[in-house]
Amino acid sequence: MSRSTPLHGVHESLGATMVDFAGWRMPLRYGSESAEHRAVRTAAGLFDLSHMGEIFVTGPQAPAALDHAVVSRVSGLAPGRARYTMLCAPDGGVLDDLIVYRLSAEEFLVVANAANAERVAAELAARADGYDAVVADRSAAHALLAVQGPRSAEVLAAAGVADLDLGELRYYAVRPAKVAGIGALVARTGYTGEDGFELFVATDDAVRLWRALAAAGEPYGLCPAGLAARDTLRLEAGMPLYGNELTTEVTPFDAGLGRVVDFGDPGEPREFVGRAALEAARDAADGPRRRLVGLVARGRRVPRRGYAVVNAAGGAVVGEVTSGAPSPTLGKPIAMAYLTGPAIGRMIGNVADERIEGLAVDIRGRHEPVDVVDLPFYRRNR
Amino acid sequence: MSSIPEELGYSKEHEWVAGLDDGRVVTIGITAYAAEQLGDVVYVQLPEVGATVQAGDAVGEVESVKSVSDVYCPVSGEVVEINEAVVDDPSLINSDPYGEGWLFKVRTTGEAEELLSAEEYAALTAGDS
Repeated sequence: MSRSTPLHGVHESLGATMVDFAGWRMPLRYGSESAEHRAVRTAAGLFDLSHMGEIFVTGPQAPAALDHAVVSRVSGLAPGRARYTMLCAPDGGVLDDLIVYRLSAEEFLVVANAANAERVAAELAARADGYDAVVADRSAAHALLAVQGPRSAEVLAAAGVADLDLGELRYYAVRPAKVAGIGALVARTGYTGEDGFELFVATDDAVRLWRALAAAGEPYGLCPAGLAARDTLRLEAGMPLYGNELTTEVTPFDAGLGRVVDFGDPGEPREFVGRAALEAARDAADGPRRRLVGLVARGRRVPRRGYAVVNAAGGAVVGEVTSGAPSPTLGKPIAMAYLTGPAIGRMIGNVADERIEGLAVDIRGRHEPVDVVDLPFYRRNR
Repeated sequence: MSSIPEELGYSKEHEWVAGLDDGRVVTIGITAYAAEQLGDVVYVQLPEVGATVQAGDAVGEVESVKSVSDVYCPVSGEVVEINEAVVDDPSLINSDPYGEGWLFKVRTTGEAEELLSAEEYAALTAGDS
């Protein structure tokens, strides 16, 4: 039985198509997912992300405990700042990708993917053992709403923001404030490739905040947006999705996200779970075992998750699509895929800009030509 | 609840068939229910004009943002016309599935597969949308 977010009734009253996602009943789309996608690119969209996990790590040694638990040095974050990082297994495999917000000197909020939240909380608790720090999964007490798109700041301002100057809130910063009179943690983060805000509020305040934002945002073109739009938005922005691009089978280096791993300075190496395996992954003489690339299809058929990437000439399988969709912004099908073996040979030794050519995706039995492109597919004008 | 025109026949695979009673050429499309389930349709592949089709054959595909589905032909015969407008603008399937969003026409030979009435199709899709 799937869980429902506090906004379930709102979604139903809006006529949303609901789907089961990561154990939750979530809105897939309210009307046209392409229109929702375009609204986020040109105006603003309102998302219910209450399925995400909110895990608090507090205590005098919370910074040290988290430094040990995740692959980044979060103790270096100033209070009010956030970092994208990962929780890795001792073998270097990705257990989840996370955003860690430092709320104060001794308090961190770790936001985990819905499907992994319980596991992340348990893993953080185990890794914090022996540290003077407390790990508390407070997912059930929190709702998460996101306003994403170029007009997001105007939407929030129209809803009424107190105790915070929105203009001063930088990207990947977080502050407690009041939005529409409701106490919220306001973070300038998102998963769409646009400017935007994520608002953490008490479960009981979710409906009131949604209604206030929807009403205030209407003149700015804000519309509710579902998981379908969220997926095409993040795909265009080249952002990985746990379960697709990120799994326990891949390391951050495979995913092209090795930059999130902080080994410390040579004179002062950093200790964290998975370090040895990740060092080996970084230093592997023959390069990463696989490489995440962007694909743009030449035709109109869409490469989708699980489809084989093949050598157009010989038909040999050289990789697998992890995510794919028709891109509303590019007007073409786009995909992310892992290439393995000979296909990545030419990309090893820092010759990544040498183009890989002659690839196709096996789309239901037909080899459809694709071009390998740099990620992301879409980058907003700042 | 999506609309289900009384006068059409329906397949379990969510195609509709028009013109069964008054002629040998029938028009085939996908239902409003199917269009809603698919979401925004972005690509349609239809059979060639002149192709011989058997009832139950997969003769094309309808691709949406989130998924791809086969189009089954509920009748046997020869494809005599395809809707070029829907190939150019697949969103017609979402905006007008029983009208502008029709897919192709078949001159029938032999029997159609057993089709559902509007009432039966309503029962098939009830409580699931």
